[in-house]
Amino acid sequence: MTRHVIVGTGVAGMSAAATLRTLDRAAEIILVSEDPHGFYSRPGLAYYLTGELPEKQLYIYNKKDWQDLNLRHVRARAANLLPGEHRLDLGPAGALTYDRLLLATGSTAVQLNIPGADLQGVVKLDDFEDTRGIIRLARRAKAAVVVGGGVIAVELAEGLTALGLEVHYFLRGDRYWPNVLDEKESRLIERRLAGHGVVLHHRTEAAEMLGKRGKVTGVRTTKGETIRCGIVAVGIGVRPRVELAQAAGLATERGILVDEYLQTSAADVFAAGDVTEVHDPLTGSSSIDTLWHPARRQGEAAARNMAGQRQPFRRLAAVNVLRLAGVMTTIIGSVGSGTDDDLVSVARGSSETWRQLPNTIAMESGAEINHLRLMIGETALVGALVMGDQKLSLPLQEMVATRMDITPIRDRLLQPEAPLGQIVMDFWSTIK
Amino acid sequence: MGNSSSRRPASARRDILAAGHVVPELSRCVQCGICTFNCPIGIDVRRHAWLGKHVVDSHCLTCGECVKRCPRGVLRFERLKLFKEGDE
Repeated sequence: MTRHVIVGTGVAGMSAAATLRTLDRAAEIILVSEDPHGFYSRPGLAYYLTGELPEKQLYIYNKKDWQDLNLRHVRARAANLLPGEHRLDLGPAGALTYDRLLLATGSTAVQLNIPGADLQGVVKLDDFEDTRGIIRLARRAKAAVVVGGGVIAVELAEGLTALGLEVHYFLRGDRYWPNVLDEKESRLIERRLAGHGVVLHHRTEAAEMLGKRGKVTGVRTTKGETIRCGIVAVGIGVRPRVELAQAAGLATERGILVDEYLQTSAADVFAAGDVTEVHDPLTGSSSIDTLWHPARRQGEAAARNMAGQRQPFRRLAAVNVLRLAGVMTTIIGSVGSGTDDDLVSVARGSSETWRQLPNTIAMESGAEINHLRLMIGETALVGALVMGDQKLSLPLQEMVATRMDITPIRDRLLQPEAPLGQIVMDFWSTIK
Repeated sequence: MGNSSSRRPASARRDILAAGHVVPELSRCVQCGICTFNCPIGIDVRRHAWLGKHVVDSHCLTCGECVKRCPRGVLRFERLKLFKEGDE
């Protein structure tokens, strides 16, 4: 009987386990993780914070699902991997041998490196316990400071506002998420945040957390200003959890390097999800996605290869749907470039491809909330950003993913004030 | 059923009630469970989305709560093709 060991119970690990079970009814499948909560919706934590969901709703699998799939969960820290011996040490919990191993260790939030960052009340929105902790702290705190960028920082600002706190959001630069959103889009989100009561502080950086008896009481900014608060919420990015792989001598850069079969440099060891840096033979480059759906697809692809089917993993155009200050936003393919001072590493819920914009022309149309931006290449769309009405999301997703030839409509799209949405919709209806 | 060219919103809704169902878009879903939580009759819409299945459940009221509440636009109504074209 083949023994598959999976390190991590996030979406990559669990989708691998479910796929393995469909491919091999008899195999032994063991999942190892320290997380007492097992498999839950990590992106859903933001909605738990706003009070839209009770916490028990976040669990995706119940006991019966685990039993039906015949999965074993070992709650332990994977301490040491010995790929030569096909063995995973679990410290006091013993050790497991394996035939195939999947590393789905995910990513972890980066801490702010300033004095006072270890005070109680300095929080992140990374896992179940973090979120519980924020809700607990919010019962007593009156004000909070949010530091960072991307989706998580805005989710923190929105969640803390929903919990009744006065929220101050620090942005290092002139606008929100400058390497993915254009100026108009950034301003729209900022206005919406302000409308929800969030106080935005541009060109503002935290210099030091102030505290009393081990608890945070405020933040001193680099301008010398002090803001009193009981919570400082940090969302400055995540880092792949590569330590186990690194110590085992596996090839790593920012993430665990894998080939197109999601195999690492060690025999019978695979990787999937946020921790993985996937090599793309078409472009010769490698990149990291910290997105739910690609993690799930990687888990499934890794499982097929673990089960002996040699099937390459093909990346799709990176898509994510975000709710930014209440505005539903879909980001498809490449839409931005450059860097964002508010993030020190890759942000959760994002893709590096969003910021790798080749030569394109950006065209925009739409009113305030229903907004559309297309990144128009020579013959195809390379990216799109859809805010508000989502009718066009699916067609655009497919057009970007398949590099659909847009020659018949390209000139019209490039006309000043072109009704982009209508042109795309008309084009789509002639094809489908 | 009425002539589609002169169909008013009320009759469109009647059509959904009679012949519509909820369809998830897998790539947008993060399994947060807001859909299941808001279903008034307890259909596990989230599980349908995880499995990529349409919500074809005789108990579904097609009330639209799950579609409306989903924060990521995962769910949409689609008409069930109960009849061949021209049968209506």
